[in-house]
Amino acid sequence: MLLIHCPYCEEERPELEFRHAGEAHVARPVEITAESDEAFEGYFFIRANPRGIAYERWRHIHGCGRFFNAVRDTVSDRFFATYKAGRKKPDAAKFAGAATGGKDKR
Amino acid sequence: MRKYSVFAIAREALRGHKGWPAQWSSPEPKASYDVVIVGAGGHGLATAYYLASEYGITNIAVLDKGWLGGGNTGRNTTIIRSNYLYDESAGIYNHAMKLWDGLSQELNYNVMYSPRGVMMLAHNVHDVQVFKRHIHANRLNGVDNQWLSPEAAKAFCPPLNIAGNARYPIMGAALQRRGGTARHDAVAWGYARGAAARGVDIIQNCEVTGIRRGADGAVAGVETARGFIGASKVGVVAAGHSTVLMDMAGVRMPLESYPLQALVSEPVKPCFPCVVMSNTVHAYISQSDKGELVIGAGTDQYTSYSQTGGLHIIQHTLDAICEMFPMFTRMKMLRSWGGIVDVTPDRSPILAKTPVKGLYVNCGWGTGGFKATPGSGHVFAHTIARDEPHPINAPFTLERFRTGRLIDEAAAAAVAH
Ligand SMILES: Cc1cc2nc3c(=O)[nH]c(=O)nc-3n(C[C@H](O)[C@H](O)[C@H](O)COP(=O)(O)OP(=O)(O)OC[C@H]3O[C@@H](n4cnc5c(N)ncnc54)[C@H](O)[C@@H]3O)c2cc1C
Ligand SMILES: [Zn+2]
Repeated sequence: MLLIHCPYCEEERPELEFRHAGEAHVARPVEITAESDEAFEGYFFIRANPRGIAYERWRHIHGCGRFFNAVRDTVSDRFFATYKAGRKKPDAAKFAGAATGGKDKR
Repeated sequence: MRKYSVFAIAREALRGHKGWPAQWSSPEPKASYDVVIVGAGGHGLATAYYLASEYGITNIAVLDKGWLGGGNTGRNTTIIRSNYLYDESAGIYNHAMKLWDGLSQELNYNVMYSPRGVMMLAHNVHDVQVFKRHIHANRLNGVDNQWLSPEAAKAFCPPLNIAGNARYPIMGAALQRRGGTARHDAVAWGYARGAAARGVDIIQNCEVTGIRRGADGAVAGVETARGFIGASKVGVVAAGHSTVLMDMAGVRMPLESYPLQALVSEPVKPCFPCVVMSNTVHAYISQSDKGELVIGAGTDQYTSYSQTGGLHIIQHTLDAICEMFPMFTRMKMLRSWGGIVDVTPDRSPILAKTPVKGLYVNCGWGTGGFKATPGSGHVFAHTIARDEPHPINAPFTLERFRTGRLIDEAAAAAVAH
């Protein structure tokens, strides 16, 4: 079971308190009906699914209830950082040395 | 290839079994092939086998980064069924079902296909409605599936606890009698042996690290741990690693990779007559011919390539198994493991041409592709050989996520296995 640091509660809690909520930093188009089929596919269905450094959303569903973002190595499952929603995405280069997996692909 | 037969066994018995040849060779890779298949799982090996046996293409290499059958093929709980909701699914899973029937004879290799019946448990009103809908849809497609009352379910599987106060009450079940199991390793080995006998090179410990494209954009070959291997046709059949491989050719995929775990118990005498699945509580169970209970869990919630998952996932599954089959509460578990499954948004696979000329992909089988192995290999071989899909896999395109023509088994809720 993963141990996850909630940036709002500011403590490490067991994975059971959290819900994984998919890839992070996927912005919903402001005018979704105006999107081309291709752009909509990219937003809705295509995922980076990286082997290595991943940016993902989590929700502290059985705690504070809030969404936040995390950077995790999908090969070792080790977390590098968690940060509040709306914060800028940390640069992957910062973690590249510590990652065991493939290169970051975004 | 030496044919396996009762005479071969008798002859070898007299010679102390010293004359059995290797089932396949381990050749050095050639500089180029007509077709390179990436991934020596069941689907990749079956593709090579049918390319050779049905389409006369034998200058093929199947490359794997590990050992053949060491991916999800060798890690799955081997449940075979075809009672999915949609017509497209009926087409492909039933195609596989027909091939399972004669597969041991076709391959001259005992894949231990055992159509002992697969029973899917309904625990709530929603399950009952969904299963009955499936049963009606299946019947229209000529796929066998029948509704059982709780009493009939217990008659079919006596260890089942149908008491009214059960933690996960049994409100009935859907039974596909033609469903069952097969020996996963034997499926990989049988196809590997059959393909190798027809001239296919199976090259293990040979990771593909790049896909090279020519000036015209078409596939030119693959970079591997053992050097460049040329090929004008490359089929990617890499399950959980499909995103990684398709990225090498610049094709972004609608896939996410999750850990999926399974475990086996100590072996005991035959006590469990069929396969039982519960999608609602994520518990899948059958008994192998060795006597072990083979138990599958649900996926972990996060994406990962680690081939391990959380212990709480299998604990939850065992809780459910013990509730539903109280006689197993004192069984000891021997081993557990994980595989990485590639999940599409609609939970249906992708078997298709790609925007890159000469590049084909067979992926997205997620938690439930073992059952489709023969059918998948068969129609994917057609797709590669003819450069156009077989009518059965024509709907399973990559473009469906753009056009909206999904085959939404996810929404149909017949999830997993
Ligand atoms: C625990 C578990 C239980 C399951 N239970 C069932 C079930 O009951 N019924 C069912 O129908 N399905 C089940 N499945 C799903 C099923 O196992 C898969 O859908 C199916 O086996 C996929 O077969 P494959 O040949 O496509 O993939 P795999 O057998 O995974 O083969 C892919 C191969 O690609 C290789 N590869 C990856 N990257 C590279 C690279 N860069 N270079 C070279 N080679 C590479 C891998 O080493 C691997 O051998 C289960 C899966 C798991 C993990
Ligand atoms: Zn919190």
